[in-house]
Amino acid sequence: MMFSKLLIAACLATVTLFSSSVLASPVDTYVFKDKVTEIRFNALNKELRCPKCQNQNLADSNSPIAADLRREVYDMLQQGKADMEIVDFMVSRYGEFVLYRPRVSSLTYLLWYGPAGLLFIGVIVVVIILRRKPVKNAQKPLSNDQKNKLDQILKHK
Amino acid sequence: MGKLIRLIPLILFIALGAILFRGLSLNPTELPSALIGKKFPEFSLHSVLNAERTVTTADFKSGIKLVNVWGTWCPSCRYEHEYLNELSQTNRFTIYGLNYDDQRVDAAKWLTELGNPYQFSAFDEEGKLSVNLGVYAAPETFVVDHSNIIRKRYAGPLTPQVWQNEFEPLIAQIEAEFLASSTSKGSQ
Repeated sequence: MMFSKLLIAACLATVTLFSSSVLASPVDTYVFKDKVTEIRFNALNKELRCPKCQNQNLADSNSPIAADLRREVYDMLQQGKADMEIVDFMVSRYGEFVLYRPRVSSLTYLLWYGPAGLLFIGVIVVVIILRRKPVKNAQKPLSNDQKNKLDQILKHK
Repeated sequence: MGKLIRLIPLILFIALGAILFRGLSLNPTELPSALIGKKFPEFSLHSVLNAERTVTTADFKSGIKLVNVWGTWCPSCRYEHEYLNELSQTNRFTIYGLNYDDQRVDAAKWLTELGNPYQFSAFDEEGKLSVNLGVYAAPETFVVDHSNIIRKRYAGPLTPQVWQNEFEPLIAQIEAEFLASSTSKGSQ
């Protein structure tokens, strides 16, 4: 009983979550000359961050600045600009910050290669530990002291 | 040696903690402007108060300029407006307005009712110049020097305290630079 109630609650939560996110996304009525341009438009809007509402991309955001930037992206696409030119345009005005996928530069080496580096270090550590020869205690003969102790314990039994 | 190795995770943890703790006190809305040191972008827009009049960068006066981005929809702009009126009394710089994403009637009414600190206000209905300036909200204030180079961008309302801390030293610096360059030119 308890379980089914939980299940219903979870379903409701999921439904409200998704429906609200659909309702919240802004609706623009742009007309594209072809399907490819439309796909590029949507891809660019997902890659570019809204400068005002920092955890949303342009496609997600309702803020006026995001609407202006979407129009800017649309205009540039209509003018036949390449994706790189549009991204450069945004970066030269809003800084590297607008990119959700930062470029590889000396500033972002740590970001891009850090995880791979850490993994590499981890592999080396594991290899070193595995290759270290286990101390073979079992094959060592007992010292006289140890022998006496053992004898005493056995006698007591 | 073995003991030292055992301390490495603790040291890493403390270092990470220090970095993340510093992150807590940073202001994420303070973005560096990509336009510092660049020329003020060219524009051609209509004036808020006179729809017939076109204003461009050629209409800037020669001295130091403050370009203030505002809109009637923006409460912080209302908050800073009186201080802008006060600032406009000086002859050290001139103030220009960039009216962003607004209604002309509302904007004109605002200027007549609350006072007009601006030499002119450009009416940027579509946000073209604002996008070129990398504006993302209002109010924002740009400091532009004698040769139309952007020297500073400040996001947020102007107050006497902000002025003293953020603007006054820069204005003084630009004045000194200008004085130095004009005297060196004069002596040649």
